[in-house]
Amino acid sequence: MIHIHKYEKWWIGLTILMLVAFATLVGVAAFSKGFQVPEPWMRVDPNTVKDSGAFSDANLGLHELAPGKYEAYLLAQSSPWRFYPSELSIPVGSTVTFYVTSVDVQHGFRIQDTNINLQILPGQVSKATYTFEKAGEFPYVCGEYCGVGHQGMFGKIVVK
Amino acid sequence: MFAVEKKILSWHLVLACVALSIGTLFGPLQALEHMGVNLYPALQVIGIQSYYQGLTLHGVLNALVWTTFFITGFLMYVMVKTLNTPLSKPGLSWAGFYVMVVGLVMAAIPLLLNQASILYTMYPPLQAPWYYYLGLTLFVVGSWVSGWSMLATFLGWRKQNPGKTVPFMAMAGMITMVLWQICTLGIASEILGLILPWTFGLYGMDSQLARTLFWFTGHPLVYFWLLPAYVSWYGMMPKQSGGKLFSEPLARFAFWLFLILSTPLGFHHQYLDPGVPAVWKFLHAALTYAVFFPSMLTAFNVIASMENGGRARGGKGLFGWLLTLPWTDPSWTTQALAMIIFSLGGVGGLINASYNVNLVVHNTAWVPGHLHLTVGSGVTLTFMGILYWLIPHLTGKALWSKKLALWQAWSWFVGMLIFSRGMHWIGLLGAPRRTMLGVALGNYGSADWRVPTLMTGIGGLILFVSATLFFIEVIMSAYFSKEKAEVEMPVAEPLHAEVIPAWLNNWQPWLVGTVVLIVVAYAPMLIQLISQAQFTSPGFKVW
Ligand code: HEM
Ligand SMILES: [Cu+2]
Ligand SMILES: [Cu+2]
Repeated sequence: MIHIHKYEKWWIGLTILMLVAFATLVGVAAFSKGFQVPEPWMRVDPNTVKDSGAFSDANLGLHELAPGKYEAYLLAQSSPWRFYPSELSIPVGSTVTFYVTSVDVQHGFRIQDTNINLQILPGQVSKATYTFEKAGEFPYVCGEYCGVGHQGMFGKIVVK
Repeated sequence: MFAVEKKILSWHLVLACVALSIGTLFGPLQALEHMGVNLYPALQVIGIQSYYQGLTLHGVLNALVWTTFFITGFLMYVMVKTLNTPLSKPGLSWAGFYVMVVGLVMAAIPLLLNQASILYTMYPPLQAPWYYYLGLTLFVVGSWVSGWSMLATFLGWRKQNPGKTVPFMAMAGMITMVLWQICTLGIASEILGLILPWTFGLYGMDSQLARTLFWFTGHPLVYFWLLPAYVSWYGMMPKQSGGKLFSEPLARFAFWLFLILSTPLGFHHQYLDPGVPAVWKFLHAALTYAVFFPSMLTAFNVIASMENGGRARGGKGLFGWLLTLPWTDPSWTTQALAMIIFSLGGVGGLINASYNVNLVVHNTAWVPGHLHLTVGSGVTLTFMGILYWLIPHLTGKALWSKKLALWQAWSWFVGMLIFSRGMHWIGLLGAPRRTMLGVALGNYGSADWRVPTLMTGIGGLILFVSATLFFIEVIMSAYFSKEKAEVEMPVAEPLHAEVIPAWLNNWQPWLVGTVVLIVVAYAPMLIQLISQAQFTSPGFKVW
């Protein structure tokens, strides 16, 4: 075996302890407390997703499923750079499940001042749920470069 | 001695520096834009059409071209020097170099014509012309060929020296090139298997599969940048500090661990991807923690070696040795500052890697804040420090101005701390990365973006000054320095003359481990992504 200095052994032990602790904490938070990263939800054809079904014009936006419980369907698009719809209004305390997909390139979907943050890919539906406990305006912002208009791609949630 | 190798190395360094000079030029412009000073309209006269064209050039030239030219040249030279054997097939190294140059030119044309403004990650279905991708492929293949030339020399040495332990830096350099060879299979299959046929209209694109293949290469890429810096920190800095390498066996162990652990963790860049199940992301998170282990080994070993140097130079007490270190030596100081910045980057990296915590920072300005501490400073500043002995070594002339080099290092250090602090901060306030924040501020930003974006701008200006000093120093030292000097490559001795055990001198167990871990971490998910792929997306040009 190789010779290892006493202090270095301590350092190695400490490192292992720290890393195991981090992995455990993060894992428990995720798999038992529900602070999870996105999971696969549904595949779609980006070329036809607008034409019918969940992401058709008629269905985009908010749907109230039960009092205080909503689902929201959003489309991300480049050129012009925007989300459809670009504004959602909900009462304080609402729980909203977001379904987002792209009709063209990759985008992002991040709701400011929350932990909702999604990578949006054409062909995939990204999903996340959040409960809005505070009143105010929450912009949702494109987080992935999607062409020269990327900096203008946003919408907002009005919580009243 | 080594005239051919010196020539090959010099050409790599020239192109590396040219790439860096153009690439970094855009950095301060981006930082100023964040601060609200948009100079891009003025750049149209030189053909730069948008912020994003500039950002693509910045990412590709800095992160890919500067690093790869420097690394392939540097590791080749370190190997022949430490083995004390010339290249067995110098023609192969030249061939690799020319292939890289051809690839670079092919990629540079569409970049400069604003036809490939898709950023260095080239996420489909953003689509550049086919020759852009082919150029990038050739660039990588050229670096493989240089690696094969190293391998031939390495194997020749082993044959002539049976049973001998390979010198540390030669081994470390070879491990780095082998890692590169293995991990670039991801991007090679992305381009050859998905992107090129797609640019010819043969089939559509599945973005999820493309991203996965990209990040198969994308994470180990950062170790390809970092390990050559570690070669210098372990193998040269102790000598420059006036001491010895604290534990050579553990240094070797760290490199082997990097070989097996660098690749099977690319999903930590895809925590938010919709097409990858959470368990796979968690597995890669755990493996990412594992690869932090050899970095912690490195931190201890490298600092202990410097302490050894500081004490040998008369430093006393718990921290007194810090003061006696060679702070007047530009090469040493530049790299020491790089280490300090890099350690901050390491802490941030641990945060990024932490699975659900990544939700807070993913795709925000925090991330470029982080990567300028790592590749933008830990690596780049180390390479600059290396050049401060390497240029005199190659030319036989002294560094043009020690003082200027020291100013350069310190101004980079200070500028980067301010710049990066600003970037991390706006990121936490929700500002996205890869975005004209000066414009976005008016769209969805808030007043509390002002101070951090100001820091970004001011830091960027200081960095601009520092980069200018660097290029003055390099040009003056390479071409105009008069004073003769004989500068040798620093090679540190181990502190304890130990026999290196066979398991640290033998490729087989580590290569097997590498393959097994990659198969475990990637194969099932890749098979699933490929079998369920939907090649639906056409290409888009939206810039
Ligand atoms: C003069 C010093 C530099 C300054 C002021 C600077 C500034 C910036 C800024 C502001 C961004 C973020 C742009 C955005 O997200 O919209 C950026 C991105 C980036 N920088 Fe630098 N940079 C500098 C040097 C470097 C160096 C030396 C490297 C690497 C060797 C580097 C690599 C990168 C990379 C890889 C990105 C990400 C590009 C992307 O998102 O596609 N930078 N830089
Ligand atoms: Cu966007
Ligand atoms: Cu990574």
